[in-house]
Amino acid sequence: MSPEVALPIIIPLMTGTLCLMAWRSNLVQRIFSLVGSSALLLAAIWLLTSVREEGHVVMHMGGWMAPYGIALVGDMLSAIMIVLTGMMAVAIAIFSLSSASSTHEKFGYYPLMHLLLAGVAGSFLTGDIFNLFVWFEVMLIASFALLILGGERAQMEGAVKYVTLNLLSSAIFLSAIGLLYGITGTLNFADIANKISTAEDTGMIDILAVMFMISFGIKAAAFPLFFWLPASYHTGPVAVSALFAGLLTKVGVYALYRIFTLIFTQSPEFTHELLIWISLATMVTGVLGAAAQYEFRRILSFHKVSQIGFLLLGLALYTPLAIIGGVFYTIHYIIVKTNLFLISGITHRLLGTYDLAKLGGIYKSRPFLSILFLISALSLAGIPPLSGFFAKFILIKAGVEQQAWFVTFVALLVGLLTLYSMIKIWAQVFWKKLPDEVDDTALSAGKTSGSLAVLYIPVIGLAACTVFIGLHGQPVYELAEQAAEQLLNPELYIEAVLGDTP
Amino acid sequence: MEPIMAIVVGLIYAAAIYMMLRRSIVKLVIGLMLISNAANLLIFTSAGMTRGAPPLIPEGAMLPDGAVADPLPQAVVLTAIVIAFGVLAFAVVLIHRAYNIIHTDNLDQMKDTDT
Repeated sequence: MSPEVALPIIIPLMTGTLCLMAWRSNLVQRIFSLVGSSALLLAAIWLLTSVREEGHVVMHMGGWMAPYGIALVGDMLSAIMIVLTGMMAVAIAIFSLSSASSTHEKFGYYPLMHLLLAGVAGSFLTGDIFNLFVWFEVMLIASFALLILGGERAQMEGAVKYVTLNLLSSAIFLSAIGLLYGITGTLNFADIANKISTAEDTGMIDILAVMFMISFGIKAAAFPLFFWLPASYHTGPVAVSALFAGLLTKVGVYALYRIFTLIFTQSPEFTHELLIWISLATMVTGVLGAAAQYEFRRILSFHKVSQIGFLLLGLALYTPLAIIGGVFYTIHYIIVKTNLFLISGITHRLLGTYDLAKLGGIYKSRPFLSILFLISALSLAGIPPLSGFFAKFILIKAGVEQQAWFVTFVALLVGLLTLYSMIKIWAQVFWKKLPDEVDDTALSAGKTSGSLAVLYIPVIGLAACTVFIGLHGQPVYELAEQAAEQLLNPELYIEAVLGDTP
Repeated sequence: MEPIMAIVVGLIYAAAIYMMLRRSIVKLVIGLMLISNAANLLIFTSAGMTRGAPPLIPEGAMLPDGAVADPLPQAVVLTAIVIAFGVLAFAVVLIHRAYNIIHTDNLDQMKDTDT
């Protein structure tokens, strides 16, 4: 028995339930939410330490041994993702204390948030492909409801696209599961990996690989399936945008990492080559889209798409160093991206808009906030000594080692364009003089009020994380290295889940 | 049986995609409904169909008597139906709210949040 694998799922589920029971009291819900997120982070760290010591940690649900029962499997990649989930949960829980409006809280903001976290954690930990589908749906239904809290026109329009594309992706995923079951007769990841390597290859396996790629590609917002993301992410409450930015698309990326290192490894010259082109196109279109935007959160949304390309590139190059780079990039990126969204929330609080043209003058009155933004923005663009530099450095080194010159060139170019967008935000929001017609009472109020200070806490924490990873990256690199080693040796996973029985 | 089912599943997929490509959000939801049903039928078919042999183990025996239908795809389909039902209920409420707020059911007029 290893309860630490189940705890990251149980804790948010319990927290969500408790919040539901305290429906009438916002205060009690806030307390539950804070305590629950902190407990999730602690459980995640417990999981990380035991994975670090023992390798794979497996728990067979209900005592039914795999491949018959559903197994929860924690390997290094899952553990890292769970720890990041915990960190984001705590950051968002603190941020929400001040940013969530009381109407949102009354309509179930906290229960939905924790249900979402349970879905995310479940997706990271499950070792069963149909169970993965179920966790996806848990996560989706919570995210649908969170996205439309408030019920404004833009939210409705964004939600229609978001819901449609995600349901379509689920339908493709479900069809692929059905066909895969037809070939292998099992739903357990490890067992599928075993049986598919001995299955007769009629071309069906490649078709299935592409079906999974499309389905997870929609969820991860990869080219050419990303259009729902910039159309919907900027419409929700800002804490929700930040939570989605940090975690939701990462679940799709995680699923791609899992499937394409464990199950579909037969013809990398087809599948992984395809992934390289997808990742390059994702990077370039995302960053070009961002260059054309003049709304704070929309720029960030397009950058999300572009960064997803880097994450996929790590998987697509499929060498040990590239996978390390991909995992490292994921760690860096979740922290930085969430932080940028949170900062956009603070500037919105100060000036009441996300439109770059109407923002300005923040450096003059809030230099500390500006420095926090600059740290995250430069980290995203990959300026040393911040975490983004090392993430990009590892990926590009992997590209050079593979002598994939074109890939390396595109990755570097996209880094440069990212810097351009970040400088655009810096110049427009922080540096330029505040336009005259804008009401600046909140900005020039001088002293930082209590509720504003609460918003600063998670931002400072996450900015400290990116500086820390930049200056002292070795421990994080070692974790990523262990994750890559496990991903590239799927027999370890198979043996851990199925035991000695063949 | 399988060839007929394959044709039926293909037809439902085609109908679903046709409906999703229409402009009206109501037809969009009908398309989503159809596509989830098509996926369910596909699981059912691709897992292999066995007629009239419930997977019951006779008393005292450890194994079923002869070839029986595979119960797992049925359980999977059942779960998927329940999930699809919940999600669709949400989608129907969403389009109703969207119609009330935007005053149109035409997807072409819901482009404010695009570029």
